[in-house]
Amino acid sequence: MTAMLELDQVTRLFGSGRAEVRALDGVSLRVAPGELVAVMGPSGSGKSTLLNLAGGLDRPTAGRVLVDGTDLGALDRRGLAALRRRRVGYVFQDLNLLPGLTAAENVALPLELDGAGTPKARAGALAALDQVGLRERAGAFPDQLSGGERQQVAIARAVAGQRALLLADEPTGALDSLAGETVLALLRARCDDGIAGVLVTHEARYAAVADRVVFLSDGRVVDQATAGATP
Amino acid sequence: MSVKHALLALLERGPRHGYGLKHEFEARLGQAWPLNVGQVYTTLARLERDGLVAPEPQAGDDGERRAFRITGAGRAALAEWLSAPVPRELLARDELLVKVVAALEEGAGATIAVIRAQRTATLELLQRHARVKAEAARRGQLARLLAVDLLIAHAEADATWLDRCEARVTATAGAAGGEGPR
Repeated sequence: MTAMLELDQVTRLFGSGRAEVRALDGVSLRVAPGELVAVMGPSGSGKSTLLNLAGGLDRPTAGRVLVDGTDLGALDRRGLAALRRRRVGYVFQDLNLLPGLTAAENVALPLELDGAGTPKARAGALAALDQVGLRERAGAFPDQLSGGERQQVAIARAVAGQRALLLADEPTGALDSLAGETVLALLRARCDDGIAGVLVTHEARYAAVADRVVFLSDGRVVDQATAGATP
Repeated sequence: MSVKHALLALLERGPRHGYGLKHEFEARLGQAWPLNVGQVYTTLARLERDGLVAPEPQAGDDGERRAFRITGAGRAALAEWLSAPVPRELLARDELLVKVVAALEEGAGATIAVIRAQRTATLELLQRHARVKAEAARRGQLARLLAVDLLIAHAEADATWLDRCEARVTATAGAAGGEGPR
């Protein structure tokens, strides 16, 4: 199957000369539709850089990043922004829900920004909330939701519409362990429905929900664990 | 030993045959603790010898098919066991610790290799646990969830410790001006 996300020998340097830092050093990674890949590694190992490059928020110094077969390096700013809006969803540790909007309005917002009319955006938002089991909380404002529910709304926002790639950066960071498990189960379920997912986490039990776990150290992939591996 | 107490706890809900006890034990704890039926019968024999269980009077002639009930002494023993904390000093002679320390003799690079191989195995173990857990959650099996949660917590502790080992060994090798592992 074609990869939804492909990193091909990606290197990202910051600074130059003696201050040069190789945040990523020749990393290759493919994530197929329906696959969830977890990325682990110590701080400074390149996890966030990898996620930023995958989402087109940053450009590699060398190598290529392809989303759904499109080389991000071949897109201009506008093309990149459109691809990000339509195909890529993000979930962060800090949820970034807008406090003045209801759950449904928060989820609908990116669809409206992308040109969907209000009724269509609202229908898409309600469908996404339904998928994460929060349909009945659609009218609640963020401060009326628990931390776990807010993160569920953030996931709904990230998968609403035609999004095909879900990028999650420590999505369980602020949650207690049972709420964290719920959020991970939702990510897993979205991927089982055909979305490609990348999960950055430092918690092994959450990473274990993924099909593959990739370890980064000093900007390189040093290890991979696969769910199908024999005992 | 706690199989005996686990059986007493099941018998508190009413008389059971050995086979039924094995089945109920495994439904709850089989993930963490597979039990063969022979262990159940030898444990029941010991409990009967100590007066903690008694055979049901209406039991059949076939010795292995007898049902047992818990006695007053059995209830007291169970209550005492439940109320006492479990001793948890452990792992000082853990093989993984010995292996990592032995690898130190071979140098930082060899030690990091041992740590990474173990971490991969730990992650794969966690992935298998995660599947069991998802299934147990789907079926609403609380005891099985708790059992797999314990296995997950132990594997996580290993993963955390391995990360710390890697950081320490890397830092020490770096400070000594040695070749940093890649």
